[in-house]
Amino acid sequence: MAKILADKRIETKHGRSRPVAKRHMPWGTWALTLNAIFVYTFLYVPIIVLVLFSFNAAKVGAQWQGFTLQWYNELFADARLGDALWTSLKIAGLSTVIATTIGTLAALALEKRGWRGRKAFDTGLYLPVIIPDVVMAVSLLGFFTLAFRQFQALLGLNLAMGLWTVIISHVAFNISFVTVVVGTSLANFDRRLEEAAADLGATPWQTFWKIKFPLIGPGVLGGALLSFTLSLDDFVVTFFTRGPGVNTLTTEVYGRIKKSISPEINAISSLMLLGSTILVLTSLWMQRRRQA
Amino acid sequence: MYNARTEQRRAWLQASPALIWLGFFFLAPLVLILIYSFQGRANDGTVLWNWSLANYQKLFADGAFWRTLWLSTWIALVVTAITLVVSYPLAFFMATRSPKRRGLLVLAVMIPFWTNFLVRIYAWKVLLGNNGVVNRFLDQFDLGPLQMINNPSAVIMALIYGELPYMILPLYAALERFDWVQLEAARDLGAGRFQTFWRVLLPQTLPGITAGSILVFVPTVGTFAVSDILGGTSVNMVGNSLSLQFGSASNWAYGSAISMIFMLLLLGAILLYFKATQEVNDGENPG
Amino acid sequence: MNTPTWAVELDHVTKEFRGSTAVRDVSLKIADGEFFSLLGPSGCGKTTLLRMIAGFENPSSGDIYIEGELMGETPANRRDVNTVFQSYALFPHMSVAENVAFGLHMKKINKVDVATRVKQALDMVQLHAFGDRRPKQLSGGQQQRVALARALINEPEVLLLDEPLAALDLKLRKEMQLELKSIQQRLGITFIFVTHDQEEALTMSDRIAVMELGKVLQVGQPTEIYERPKTRFVADFIGECNFIDGTVMAVENGAVTLETTGGVRVVGTGMFPVAAGDHAVLAVRPEKVRLVEGQQPQGTNVFAAIVERVAYIGSDTRIIVRLPDGSPFDVWEANTVSTLDPNQYYTAGDPVYVTWATQNSLILER
Repeated sequence: MAKILADKRIETKHGRSRPVAKRHMPWGTWALTLNAIFVYTFLYVPIIVLVLFSFNAAKVGAQWQGFTLQWYNELFADARLGDALWTSLKIAGLSTVIATTIGTLAALALEKRGWRGRKAFDTGLYLPVIIPDVVMAVSLLGFFTLAFRQFQALLGLNLAMGLWTVIISHVAFNISFVTVVVGTSLANFDRRLEEAAADLGATPWQTFWKIKFPLIGPGVLGGALLSFTLSLDDFVVTFFTRGPGVNTLTTEVYGRIKKSISPEINAISSLMLLGSTILVLTSLWMQRRRQA
Repeated sequence: MYNARTEQRRAWLQASPALIWLGFFFLAPLVLILIYSFQGRANDGTVLWNWSLANYQKLFADGAFWRTLWLSTWIALVVTAITLVVSYPLAFFMATRSPKRRGLLVLAVMIPFWTNFLVRIYAWKVLLGNNGVVNRFLDQFDLGPLQMINNPSAVIMALIYGELPYMILPLYAALERFDWVQLEAARDLGAGRFQTFWRVLLPQTLPGITAGSILVFVPTVGTFAVSDILGGTSVNMVGNSLSLQFGSASNWAYGSAISMIFMLLLLGAILLYFKATQEVNDGENPG
Repeated sequence: MNTPTWAVELDHVTKEFRGSTAVRDVSLKIADGEFFSLLGPSGCGKTTLLRMIAGFENPSSGDIYIEGELMGETPANRRDVNTVFQSYALFPHMSVAENVAFGLHMKKINKVDVATRVKQALDMVQLHAFGDRRPKQLSGGQQQRVALARALINEPEVLLLDEPLAALDLKLRKEMQLELKSIQQRLGITFIFVTHDQEEALTMSDRIAVMELGKVLQVGQPTEIYERPKTRFVADFIGECNFIDGTVMAVENGAVTLETTGGVRVVGTGMFPVAAGDHAVLAVRPEKVRLVEGQQPQGTNVFAAIVERVAYIGSDTRIIVRLPDGSPFDVWEANTVSTLDPNQYYTAGDPVYVTWATQNSLILER
């Protein structure tokens, strides 16, 4: 009896979300399919060409002259790139930890009932998302410069831009993204579960760590992943807020890309592509495993 | 268990790290460049403290700046429009597949989405560059070489490429939630295909359109890297003039004035857009 | 402090939310081991009342005592009551056994005891084979049992149930009603049961409190609530009822005569003090009315009427007739004889007499 009930529910659930049968499709199916093929081709051809030519033996130009792993070998021997990658990871890792903590706390504040600061805070949090990163970058440059000059004049402190100013700035643009992502998973969180836990004798602290955090965990992880990627992806803010000698993967690659196209850069790009693909697949796999 | 005063205090406590961080490292810098925009430039390139409207006066008379702003806006509008027109049917296609296929199709959008933007720009340089794949290919037939970069078209192409996922994903999210039985209901009630789309599907997916458009428009209009790498000196967008003023030109005050005007126009445009899409929505759903 | 001790005592409890009053001045005493139902339409305040007993909300004024102890602002986790939530609120990231064990873990009970008690609790709700499953893998009825086991394993003084059967289909709901009742009798725990389903309340409860707009209108055993409703709302909400408005013409020996504006005179049992000239309403349940064909019967409350509509519903036939003053009137007849002969059933247009005994109709406040 119960089994029949359960089966029926699954059936209706699918029925609701399943698209209508083909003959009811309101637009020409072939046009949609063609458009899809076109878009996916457009998305993948440049990447595939890039990867292909990273194995091309030709030093200059894009004529195919045979398969080689030479550029990858040169890449792994390139100490500058290794340092830049390490710097990028340090910046992304630290700024993600800080931004995820701050952003998650902010998301928790935003879902408090009847909090008076809520609306203004909610609106304000979207500003860093919609202000172009160039504006943020130059304003931070102006801010740090002025602040350091004041520190020196008033306190005699000698501060200078370096790795830490980049990290601070990355945190500033990542907080909002984390809050939005965590906020979505909080919105899906059933608040009655908190009441149920309290009803069963759990203190607010126990309720948070045993019920709420495990359930919004995927959201927090998602926010952290986004923050990490945005940080790795950033060029402009890093460029304007870094101190001398701070070179990240993006600032290093940017300089090389601007000059020319070369098989080494093809190889770097292919590796970066591989990295992001692994990241996507891992997060997908983790999601699947949670659901199972 | 629920106590209003403790909840209030806890909310402020939880919000305070974000408030402090963003106060110092987001709001204060913006206020600072607002102040800078009313100052001058000293001979050594530093900011000269001298309150005046000179930067704004100069800016309004600066034809090059307005051309830059117009070019940025135009490029961003074209990119947003094209991505929207291409992405909506694609998102519709994705949302109407079986759940298993949907997962794969989304994954295929996610991979370029998570790929570093420099790689995505560089791929176009490899394709279109003077020494690039297309030109080498044309060589085989003694055609070309064609000059395909250092012009707005290359910038637009790369921007569309880079921003497509930002349009597809919100649209897909909106369409995936849609209850498809409504389409049959609309047809059953005598609506034609176009009417079904216009009166039933579109109003309900409008939030996705709004989100996607803003997510594409904002980074596009403020782009710096794409026009720098693929546009060369011939495509000068707002991002480039900003970085010029804060970089080699060392005129921070003037750059600050540019930021201010730019931000004001951008926020105004976003607000207008929100309002417009909301009105369309209200108009389509009376009551 | 209170002698004798009640399982739950509410003393002039009021709850206001931003200008609207959800619960108005409610006083109730619920005895140990009682199955007590709060019955009312949605929005009547019954769930708010339950949530205040659980400790999820604090009363704006008034006091709540559980086992004689004043609760004040004692948080939910320190009250000796447990709740079965409307949509069960099972923790999705824990197995069934972990859900059931949650309350014991919070009390820091040692693992061996927890394991035994979880097993007992799952046995009690016949889910011993499902301990390792996730809540999502269970049917609605099974989830409901898990919620019950999760609450009862803590051996609370009082179990609060917030419309726990609302999401189940009819047949399963009837089964669970019986099962809940038998568990309650076996364990002797006080149950406070919130429902909007009058049949459910009548079936299961020792006593029922009928609520409307935040107020308790009547408290009593199921028979009292059904047979002797004190107000028109209670009579209308519990079961079906015919109402005839009129002016009091005479009062003698508890029998009150009303005259409607159409000139029809009806007689009923007085339930509240009235005098000639007062406005009042006569209430009579459709199953207590008889239809007579042919010769006019003798006695009071006899009216000629025309059959307007007939609905055959299996156990009963429900007939709507029109009274001489034009008002509709419901009559239910039990189908005590099995037949297909159409002449044995009424058809629209039949002339009939409607009649009921004076003691079967009540005179209530308008």
